[in-house]
Amino acid sequence: MSDVAVLPFRPASRRAAAFGDRLFAFLAMSAGVLVLVLLGAIIVSLFIGGWPSFRAFGLPFLVNTDWDPVQNVFGAGVPVFGTLVTAVLALLIAVPLAFGIAFYLTEIAPGWFRRPVGTAIELLAAVPSIIYGMWGFFVIVPIMGDYVEPFLTDQLGDLPVIGGLFQGAPFGTGLLTAALILAVMIIPFIAATMRDVFNTVPAVFKESAYGVGCTTWEVMRSIVVPYTRASVVGGIMLGLGRALGETMAVTFVIGNTNRITTSLFGPGNTIASIVALEFPESQAGSLKLSSLLALGFILFVISFIVLAISRLLLRPRSA
Amino acid sequence: MSAAALSLTGPARDARVAGLLSRRRKLVDGLVKLLCIAATAMGLALLASILFTLLFRGVSALGLHVFTDITRPPGSNGGLLNAIVGSLVQTMVGAAIGTPIGLMVGTYLSEYARTSALGNAVRFVSDVLLSAPSILIGLFVYTILVEPFGGFSGIAGCVALAVIVVPIVVRTTEDMLRLIPTELREAAVAVGAPKWRVIVLICYRAALDGIATGVLLAVARVAGETAPLLFTSLGNLNWSLSMTQPMSSLPVTIYQYAGSAFDDWVDLAWAGALLITFGVLALNIVARVVLRPRA
Amino acid sequence: MNETEQNPVMAAMQARSSEALRAPRISIRGVDFFYGTNKALKSIDLDLPDRQVTGMIGPSGCGKSTLLRVLNRMYDLYPGQRAVGQVMMDGANILDPGMDLNQLRSRVGMVFQKPTPFPMTIYENIAFGVKLHERLAKAAMDERVEWSLTRAALWGEVKDRLNSSAMGLSGGQQQRLCIARTIAVRPEVILLDEPTSALDPISTLKIEELIDELKQDFTIAIVTHNMQQAARCADQVAFFYLGELVEVGTATQMFTAPRERRTQEYITGRFG
Repeated sequence: MSDVAVLPFRPASRRAAAFGDRLFAFLAMSAGVLVLVLLGAIIVSLFIGGWPSFRAFGLPFLVNTDWDPVQNVFGAGVPVFGTLVTAVLALLIAVPLAFGIAFYLTEIAPGWFRRPVGTAIELLAAVPSIIYGMWGFFVIVPIMGDYVEPFLTDQLGDLPVIGGLFQGAPFGTGLLTAALILAVMIIPFIAATMRDVFNTVPAVFKESAYGVGCTTWEVMRSIVVPYTRASVVGGIMLGLGRALGETMAVTFVIGNTNRITTSLFGPGNTIASIVALEFPESQAGSLKLSSLLALGFILFVISFIVLAISRLLLRPRSA
Repeated sequence: MSAAALSLTGPARDARVAGLLSRRRKLVDGLVKLLCIAATAMGLALLASILFTLLFRGVSALGLHVFTDITRPPGSNGGLLNAIVGSLVQTMVGAAIGTPIGLMVGTYLSEYARTSALGNAVRFVSDVLLSAPSILIGLFVYTILVEPFGGFSGIAGCVALAVIVVPIVVRTTEDMLRLIPTELREAAVAVGAPKWRVIVLICYRAALDGIATGVLLAVARVAGETAPLLFTSLGNLNWSLSMTQPMSSLPVTIYQYAGSAFDDWVDLAWAGALLITFGVLALNIVARVVLRPRA
Repeated sequence: MNETEQNPVMAAMQARSSEALRAPRISIRGVDFFYGTNKALKSIDLDLPDRQVTGMIGPSGCGKSTLLRVLNRMYDLYPGQRAVGQVMMDGANILDPGMDLNQLRSRVGMVFQKPTPFPMTIYENIAFGVKLHERLAKAAMDERVEWSLTRAALWGEVKDRLNSSAMGLSGGQQQRLCIARTIAVRPEVILLDEPTSALDPISTLKIEELIDELKQDFTIAIVTHNMQQAARCADQVAFFYLGELVEVGTATQMFTAPRERRTQEYITGRFG
């Protein structure tokens, strides 16, 4: 028996190894716990920051549509309304387009074409949001103001009930434009998620559907979508989560007005945009700053719920 | 079960009906495919429009002075040097703080807590933080590092970016470590290596490409972040590398300049936008190339 | 089934009446198949006799499943796969680029190795394919569902839960559901790709009885790894090796007097 073979098993080194193992395991777990602490700290810090405002205005803060720095009266009604309207509108625009892209990338595009197009769509998701904001402000706003909004007013403005949504001065900025930019931003996220879940459907199921004579669309509608329904909804929720909290893209085009308008062309604010826009004009310790932090808390609660649902639908793996 | 049920009953399939149905189904199929092609073409056109706008407005504004001169008042032909350096510093420091933490969390989830309740909770929270609005991270860091310490600072910006880096690194680290076959770990344990050395020497090395990809993507993501920096490092029109002073950054400078009324500032904003976008896209493409042999 | 304990294949052979092969329903002439540049089938000539069973046997990767996927153009789904040659059915070449694939697949049905119930109820699984090609009133559709489930020997087991999910059925039941779904469309030809390899022996036996029953109305091609299954079910047997059709003949001839040495070696288990 050689000496070398015995060396690693000396008691001292075994103790050292055991200590190393314990230390490493402890570090790993501490890091894990730190993530939980981080989430807790975010919630608590925003709540504490917003507490003076919650205390001053109570529950009506959530629905009050006043935002008056002169009178020192603040309410979350306008930004909450703007956040929900733009996010939902963005989803309505983005989901069909994202579905079309995902369908194209999984079933229609020729094989060699899928990777480059898929990569291009993913790159669209990597473009920083401030770039979307600039692009929206300098490229999309003029198009909306000069062509799209007047056209919509002509075509839809006189309709009963919904006509009012499409009336008003066509400035180009406003809720509709913000929703449009948001839609462009979340399309690649939703499309990439949908593509990935569509690709998880075993080929043999698709083949059996083709085997009874289905067209590509029938396979998609009757087999692929029902199979992946939960994950598809999860992907859409992920997009919704992004739309709710997106800041820079919206800030450029929303119009920054703190009242609720009945027209989609009207200006408004979202939680994220009002925080970004009003923050520089808020004194530390002021009720206004506290109200902004309270808005941040509300946004966090909404996004947390949406993202939690999305995560449960998308990632049921744990074992 | 009647005897009749066992044989082919009824007339043969009506060829005319089948043909009619077939024509309609194919029409629908073709129509849907056409719409999907249009949707994809639109997606590509959007990317092209963004890149073209950036090139068109950015290249003409790009000059040597952008890289050699710092931001100056309107009309005095300044550059973006302090913003570029500030962005590099904050991104690098943010990634340097966030990466080891994310790496350890990912290791914990993959190697120590695959199924434990604590592990599931950490995984869930990390996934939620991955998509949490970045503006809230900024507000959070504002309340813990800016307000209590009496001012905006470069280090606050770095911490905000680090918080964004962590969940990205967690996700890729865990995913990549899970891909390593159990046999490899067992083989290493079988020669007498303690668990932590197996992880560090074997698993990390095997997952290196994937983890590096995750870090690159994280850097690309935070390099373009604007909202969290508004409340932390604030921006600085002067040259400053002090971590305790407000620090300039490209995205925040772009934000301030793009919304200004001065043409030369707007031009500089486009130049900065061009730099940041192509930098971020280049990082993404590099990350994809690194990952490619594995995928 | 009597004394030949030591050779189950022979026992299976003797249990069935051997009969002459009928006129071809599908004629395969000079078919080559490529995966990219890799030639997987080499100049195949084969007739599938009308309303009889053709068993395709051979070691893994010999091309038998590939040939099956040529017959309903399933390979068309995948870029880089192509077939050349002639596959004549009713006077038309299946490989013709202008072939209406949806129509073709309604006439040439397919059942796969693993059961593939669609994510819907049992009833909808059957009605799904029918609706693609026919307009049936509710009563006629009910009748069709009952007919196909009866033919697939599944009606008795599921008639009380037609509206529950097909995913809740056992593996053997799911596979019979897939057969019912295939025959509900009333195809002329049925392709079976190792339909029992994922099933237990009892379910396998049921499927084999079913195949025997179905050949009264349908032309059937079955790919199998199981020699006894080929002997039990097939009227005609084709042996493939390395992309070539080595030998084809009546089941009796193939199992009692194979002409080729390779066939003999494979059938007696010396390789494969």
